[in-house]
Amino acid sequence: MMSYKRLFAALLLALSVSVVNAQTEVSAAPDPDKEAKQEKKGFNATEVIFGHISDSHEWHLFSTRHADGTESPVSLPLPVIIYAPGKGLSVFSAAHFENFHEVEAGDKKIRVSDSYNGYHLERGMKEKLVADDGSKVYDFSLTKNILSMLVGVVLLLWLMMAAAKKYTAKGTMTAPSGFQNFLEVVIIFMRDEVVKPNLGRNYKRYMPLILTIFFFIWINNMLGLLPGGANFTGNITVTLCLAIVSFIVMMAKSNKHFWGHLFNPPNVPLGIKFLLVPIEIMSMFIKPIALTIRLFANMLAGHIVILSVISMIFIFGTLNKWIGVGFVPVSLAFSVFMFMLELLVAAIQAFIFANLTAVFIGQAIEENHSNETGQEYHVNENEIIA
Amino acid sequence: MDLLTPEFGLFFWTLIAFLAVFFILRKFAWKPILNMLGEREKGIADSIAAAERVTKEMGQMQSENEKLMVQAREERSLMLKEAKEIKDRIVNEAKEQAKAEANKIIIDAQQQIQQQKMLALTEVKNEIGNLAVEVAEKILRKNLATADEQNGYMNMLSEDIKLN
Repeated sequence: MMSYKRLFAALLLALSVSVVNAQTEVSAAPDPDKEAKQEKKGFNATEVIFGHISDSHEWHLFSTRHADGTESPVSLPLPVIIYAPGKGLSVFSAAHFENFHEVEAGDKKIRVSDSYNGYHLERGMKEKLVADDGSKVYDFSLTKNILSMLVGVVLLLWLMMAAAKKYTAKGTMTAPSGFQNFLEVVIIFMRDEVVKPNLGRNYKRYMPLILTIFFFIWINNMLGLLPGGANFTGNITVTLCLAIVSFIVMMAKSNKHFWGHLFNPPNVPLGIKFLLVPIEIMSMFIKPIALTIRLFANMLAGHIVILSVISMIFIFGTLNKWIGVGFVPVSLAFSVFMFMLELLVAAIQAFIFANLTAVFIGQAIEENHSNETGQEYHVNENEIIA
Repeated sequence: MDLLTPEFGLFFWTLIAFLAVFFILRKFAWKPILNMLGEREKGIADSIAAAERVTKEMGQMQSENEKLMVQAREERSLMLKEAKEIKDRIVNEAKEQAKAEANKIIIDAQQQIQQQKMLALTEVKNEIGNLAVEVAEKILRKNLATADEQNGYMNMLSEDIKLN
């Protein structure tokens, strides 16, 4: 509990410092008009929030203030791995990107770093690595999100394999203990409530996939909630990747019955078929898109709400120092409430993703039994259409 | 819209990490855990079935035991009854035997007493006979001291014989 409080305090500190940091970085710009404009604007919540939810090539921890009033951010530079056709692979530390300066790009302002090795970073709504000459670049950098994911992966492998070792070490008929207790409840719940009802006879074959999806999402959701954590599962790339995996499994396991129903729905008049088949085909692709958007939007929204609530302290603080301090309890109470809610959401969204994957695969592998009853498009009770 | 555009690098690493986690956990975690859970569930189901069977057997055994108990109780009471009869018989026999023995002893004693008495009486008779002979001798000695007297007496005796 104590360490959690300390982490929370560190988050607040990091936020406050980065806020000031943003200001000084801007004030370091040469244009005095711009400086005046920025000072009037005060606290830029959008920039802070998007800075925290978007991916980055460094893990920003906090900033230090020097005697002369300037700030220098303390952050963990992460490895940059770039592949450019023609130029080949280059690997270096992100610490080489420094001295961000503001540049007008169309109607927006973005901050651009100095060039290194022919590449530079552009920070707009999100951070992009681009080549100086504008040629195509494949950025395989181990960014903040990827590092966070790797921590989650190591944690997940360690927890699960430790639990599995307990089973093999202590034998079958001993009572579970410790983490095993918790894990067993979750696994049995997933097996009996998710996989068995949806996947029928061959449910055992799909248990590893559903369990991996569930625990992978859950642990990464939880890591994202830690103060200073990355917004891994709230990134559309990640949710898209997971959705594509479940879509590929669905397609690979689909049987004749599934495609037959898709292209030639039985017991339906010909005119309706022309309407129904395109809708069915669309729904097939909407399923993974729904999976993608649901997890992405839920996790992103949670992060934004918590950050907004904390940002309120500093928004009020720019009006008057004492209003800001006075708002601290309100903001803290609300953000604690949001954290509780997000803990719930983290588990629920992981469960929903796993459940829907099971449902979709279940639809694809459903065997031919509805024809016998003459009933078409029967919806079983735990089927969710989306 | 920046937030909605996927990034290639992140996609690549996420896919690799997820697949790695999937294959590692499938081999080293999910399969052992699920197998163990299945085995345990089967074990528990078997144990419950065995317990039920044993309970049923126990019930049967209990009823059998009760039957045996009833039988044993009956046997016991029968045996007690028999034992009592035997005891009574033995006691009675012993009593009768004792009585017969006592009677025999009493009869013996009486015979001996009779014998002793007869002996004593014979002795007393002999003694009295002797005493009478002595007295008669003494009297005779005194009465027959003279010759007349002796003649007189002899006459008397001869008269007696004549009479016969």
